[in-house]
Amino acid sequence: MSEEVTAEILTTHILDLAREGRRLDGRKPDDYRSIRIESGFVVSADGSAMAHIGDTTALCGIKLEPGKPYPDTPNAGTLTTNAELIPLSSPTFEPGPPHPRAIEVSRVVDRAIRAAETIDLTKLCVTPGEKSWVCYVDVHILDHAGNLIDAGSLAALAALTHTTFPNKRFGIAQADAPLVIQHYPLEVSFARLGETIVVDPSFEEEQAAHGRLTIATDELGNVVAMQKGLVGAFSPEDVKELVDRAFRHGDRHREIVRRS
Amino acid sequence: MGSVGAAEVPVLLGPDGRRIDGRALDELRPIKITAGSLHQADGSAYVEWGMNKVMAAVYGPREVHPRHLQENNKAIVQCKYNMAAFAVDERKRPGLDRRSQEISKVIAEAFESVIFVEEFPRTSIDVYIEVLQANAGTRCAGIVAASVALADAGIPMVDLLPAVAVGKVGGAIALDLRKEEDNFGEADLPMALVPQSGRLVLIQMEGHMTREELSRSLDLGVAGCRKIYGIMKDALRSRYSPDAPAPRAEVPA
Repeated sequence: MSEEVTAEILTTHILDLAREGRRLDGRKPDDYRSIRIESGFVVSADGSAMAHIGDTTALCGIKLEPGKPYPDTPNAGTLTTNAELIPLSSPTFEPGPPHPRAIEVSRVVDRAIRAAETIDLTKLCVTPGEKSWVCYVDVHILDHAGNLIDAGSLAALAALTHTTFPNKRFGIAQADAPLVIQHYPLEVSFARLGETIVVDPSFEEEQAAHGRLTIATDELGNVVAMQKGLVGAFSPEDVKELVDRAFRHGDRHREIVRRS
Repeated sequence: MGSVGAAEVPVLLGPDGRRIDGRALDELRPIKITAGSLHQADGSAYVEWGMNKVMAAVYGPREVHPRHLQENNKAIVQCKYNMAAFAVDERKRPGLDRRSQEISKVIAEAFESVIFVEEFPRTSIDVYIEVLQANAGTRCAGIVAASVALADAGIPMVDLLPAVAVGKVGGAIALDLRKEEDNFGEADLPMALVPQSGRLVLIQMEGHMTREELSRSLDLGVAGCRKIYGIMKDALRSRYSPDAPAPRAEVPA
């Protein structure tokens, strides 16, 4: 049987199950897969964490390097987020320039970290107008079993909470110092399967989905970022309900990150 | 969004509840839409929205390039949102940056949600959006222009796609942010509505909003989209009414 036909049969099956509130892997619509975080996975990074959501794995490494502040923000450092969907993680990823879906993962993960003011960028300033830290947040997707944005977001936040300024390496101070985290934004993604909206879609569910909605919340009760992706639509009422669900899952995940 | 250490923040909301340009919180900027503004494209539209100037063109359904993207059971929708180097105060480096690639992706997905793609298997419907002058809300202006261009090209769709951004300025929820409000406001939430179903096919958001603020923003945005929907339909009516002036209007000066 061709791949196209098997994919179509699987999609029909997923949608049939969803109509009864069931899912391919036995979860209920609002069940999130189990999350596991290993912090400090890469010692060559200034902070790192591996995040697992079920079989999905994302590794984030943080590197801090001295640079020059932008002229319009002389008292602040800079933050750069990049996500690589590397070919080893899925048969559908190819080497080459970043695919729009990799750009989307990068930008949505970045948006939550930035909008929530996760780190105080003025704390990255060393000498106003002359020297400041550039904080590189690099996310590698290692195993793609669906829901890459949430995996990237978990890995990035966990890595940032375990980051140290490499002061000694760059002769900036006598001792290394921890990077202080102000807020804890986390993304929670949903997929529409017919009229059922499931949290934390698997790879197969994403293929069958009629739209994905990602909502980032912080620990203070703010929504800090949203992104609708894939072909499909959500009513304003759907969005309002999903915001409540995103807070419930986000709050639980924040505890996991804090304990990591 | 509040840039760190940037110049002083202008007063975005006056004591009378009026905004920086005198608008009320639920008031749109003036919008002018011309359908069929280009000659070579299968469909086109030009939109002036506040100080935004956006041109959209549609080509297709036509052969798919590159070929491997072709789908056997439906048309693919490809979108290129591009901003001209001179469209903003500080020259934008030409070419595709990550921002425009992300916007192109979500806009293509929004249109694929309303176009009857299964009617045109093995083809591509190409949507080009060119931002000539930018003043916040260019992706929404682009969607409105592209949507009218798709209708002008005769592409069958569920409905037109009105779009608008809602934001938070000076603590208040406001419709259709202009540049100062976007730069110094506390949140930005662009959306595109399918009026016929009442569902949203584009949703993005950045900033800080409580649940309650977000809920009000969605309602305000939907109401704004419905007003824009009327302007879009008028543009198409005047383009195709029997006493419309020229078959293809020139780009307005």
